[in-house]
Amino acid sequence: MSSIKALARLMQDLEDQLVVCMRCGLCQAVCPLFAETGREADVARGKLALLDGLTQELFANPKGVQDRLARCLLCGSCAANCPSGVKVLDIFIKARAILAGYLGLSPVKKAIFRGLLSKPNFFNRILAWGAKYQGIFVRPVDDLLGSSCSRFLSPLLKERHFKPLAATPLHARVPALDTGPGAAGLKVAFFPGCLIDKIFPEVGAAVLKILEHHGVGVFLPPDQGCCGIPALSGGDTATFYKLVRHNLGLFGSQPFDYLVTACATCTSTMKKMWPLMALEYTPAEKARIAEMQAKVMDISQFLVDKVGLAEGSYPGTEKLAITYHDPCHLKKSLGVAAPPRALIRANPRYELREMAEADWCCGCGGSFNLQEYGISAAIGRRKRENIAKSQAAVVATGCPACMLQITDMLSQAGDRIRVKHAVEIYGEGLGD
Amino acid sequence: MNQALVKEFQRILGKEQVFLEETDRATYAYDAAVLEPVLPVIVLRPRAAAELARVVRLCHENGLPLTVRGAGTNLSGGSIPGRGGAVVLTTALNQILEINPADLYAVVQPGVVTAKLAAAVEAQGLFYPPDPGSMAVSTLGGNVAENAGGLRGLKYGVTRDYVMGLTFYAASGETVKTGSRTVKCVSGYNLAALLVGSEGTLGVISEIILKLIPLPPARKAIMATFGAVAQASETVAAIIAQRIVPATLEFLDNFTIRAVEDYSHAGLPVEAAALLLIEVDGHPAVVAEDADQVEAICKQMGATQIHLARDLAERDRVWSARRSALPALAKLKPTCVLEDATVPRSRIPAMIQALEEISRKYQLPIGTFGHAGDGNLHPTILTDRRDQEEWARVEAAVDAIFEKALELGGTLSGEHGIGTAKSRFLEKEFGSGTILFSKKIKAAVDPHNILNPGKIIG
Repeated sequence: MSSIKALARLMQDLEDQLVVCMRCGLCQAVCPLFAETGREADVARGKLALLDGLTQELFANPKGVQDRLARCLLCGSCAANCPSGVKVLDIFIKARAILAGYLGLSPVKKAIFRGLLSKPNFFNRILAWGAKYQGIFVRPVDDLLGSSCSRFLSPLLKERHFKPLAATPLHARVPALDTGPGAAGLKVAFFPGCLIDKIFPEVGAAVLKILEHHGVGVFLPPDQGCCGIPALSGGDTATFYKLVRHNLGLFGSQPFDYLVTACATCTSTMKKMWPLMALEYTPAEKARIAEMQAKVMDISQFLVDKVGLAEGSYPGTEKLAITYHDPCHLKKSLGVAAPPRALIRANPRYELREMAEADWCCGCGGSFNLQEYGISAAIGRRKRENIAKSQAAVVATGCPACMLQITDMLSQAGDRIRVKHAVEIYGEGLGD
Repeated sequence: MNQALVKEFQRILGKEQVFLEETDRATYAYDAAVLEPVLPVIVLRPRAAAELARVVRLCHENGLPLTVRGAGTNLSGGSIPGRGGAVVLTTALNQILEINPADLYAVVQPGVVTAKLAAAVEAQGLFYPPDPGSMAVSTLGGNVAENAGGLRGLKYGVTRDYVMGLTFYAASGETVKTGSRTVKCVSGYNLAALLVGSEGTLGVISEIILKLIPLPPARKAIMATFGAVAQASETVAAIIAQRIVPATLEFLDNFTIRAVEDYSHAGLPVEAAALLLIEVDGHPAVVAEDADQVEAICKQMGATQIHLARDLAERDRVWSARRSALPALAKLKPTCVLEDATVPRSRIPAMIQALEEISRKYQLPIGTFGHAGDGNLHPTILTDRRDQEEWARVEAAVDAIFEKALELGGTLSGEHGIGTAKSRFLEKEFGSGTILFSKKIKAAVDPHNILNPGKIIG
């Protein structure tokens, strides 16, 4: 383990960005974590002050700083509202990488990231086995939401209600695709991402159906890997780079106009994080990332801006009330808020009504949900209350991680409200 | 730290609400002022008024200095702990205890965020006017301790004008009550007047009774640009001479206009010497008439462009120019020193000119925006505090700004407070007799000097 001085030197990389924070504290108004705990170390300003302290060697507790950095949803609400324009997410991701490099990865993280995530085929095989035998450990708990819970007292699963692993993940249903452009004159690459592939394959199926309906050619290469965000947010840049290179290799082989995803987190990771951590790449890789990054687009934005939506149909007359949750990565990182709503409005069966705090974080935060379930659920319950108050029968969103969290909250509360992806709503309207 | 004392705090508050780890304490070492952080020895987070009282008494008995902290967004160092001192957080004391529409008051705990109270009373057709720029995060306890201002000062007054009563703990822990829920109260000394603006040095607030007024039903916004600062200033004077008192009268100088235009591309005229943002509120008929009159006055005084907002969207566009002032300036350089020089309204042109001279003399970019209606300007010096040579010039420029404000018959601080940042100038503004008198009061109520020592009077 190198000295604190060495760590301070690494942190100086961030100094130019850290100094932009004027300690105004306005991040406190929008941080979902701070709203629950009221602790300064939980809000951006506090974390930035701690990183500053490390850079100036004001204290010698990098593990303490790392722990507090981990208490963060990486939702970007702070950055979106910062009057000074501090690049908070960039700083936090880089700091996590620096600290993990300095302190080393925990054995659990090593096992999950290096042992599983970085090996897509192996990961898929393990999960296929898991899907087959999960019935031993979990049982269905809500038929409307399709959620399950643990059969036994589990310190890992706790009171969670979750969507089980799909019996047939997307990559087993549709291992690969390569169709030419049709009526739309466009061809896209499709990146389903882990959660859609393994837990919400129906969302992936909806995307493919919609693209076919509109005559958009699809390139879906086999053996896709994770976009890398779990590893990156855990500070494991080695796994992250491995996954980026793996995916670059897959998507480099065919020309396409855009790369669409239906997971806001994957989109934001590919668009923002892949170029951010660019130091380790070769110039050729940097060029390919830049090229790819320019083509990455959320599916709803692609459909609205590049294809044009079709007006859906519904034989009945009864409208179903639906509300929409803005995923942090979609609205705050990518600025996409209107297109998913347009997708919903295109289906005449539904009547869209806005919930209060539609863009307040759902509390999932990916690995945050695993490490700090208590707080994650507290934030999630605030979202659940807003959904319930809207009196909608369905809640739609644009991110499968949000779908998981919202399902957990609604299921635990016994709400009879369905959870759908915005593309599923649009796809329904297009008929079979 | 005395281990027995730590255990006592843990017993009273619960271990979770006592922060001992250096990494946690380090996040309470600063506030929003550009000053050196000071690490507190312990951070305490009471969750009930009774716990707060016991904390104060324990600190007194053990000679442990304490600094009360709400959101920690103070701009003059008032929330920065003293060496060897504790920080006492009010963030868990965040309940609105009562909103009384019949008797027009609210009772709140000190940790209630100002915007939350404002929204809660607005939902009942009521109005809590003081709107400091930090209101989305700052707490009412902090607002009272600093006598926070905001944009509506000229027409609606400041926090002091809304404090009907207080409950606070004296340094030795006794409960002190002052004021009342009644409109009139002359019972006992007016202790609330002493506590408001005392920056946590005379007592620890545990309950605040705040006056509420009816919510004005209508409002209208107007934006006017001028070729000279003096014209804008004369326009303000002319409006008031016509006995129209707008709810807000905000000013942006040329430097700020350019920064905002670069930032938001709203189509602001970058050659204008001054921008005035005016909002009138009240009964719809009065608002319509006042707005027309204000527009006419602006025209008469030579405004080069006048825009009367016709709907909510246009009003929003007018105000976004003001809201963007600080973000636009803050993006120009890493460090932003926001000052608070306040002069009588009529001396604004002289102060603006002096600021231009100071900017030239010390070679520092300074953008000025602020409350044209009450003379409370915010010259904003843009710098990089890592540049030691430039920082020395910044400190000299800040001193020059204070000197000028006093010379023009103004005051050191209109709303940000004295804290540690300006205490060395206090005697210059008020004389030694004032400092002596103030110190006697402080010594009388806080003989062990445990309440936020070193602030205001040093």
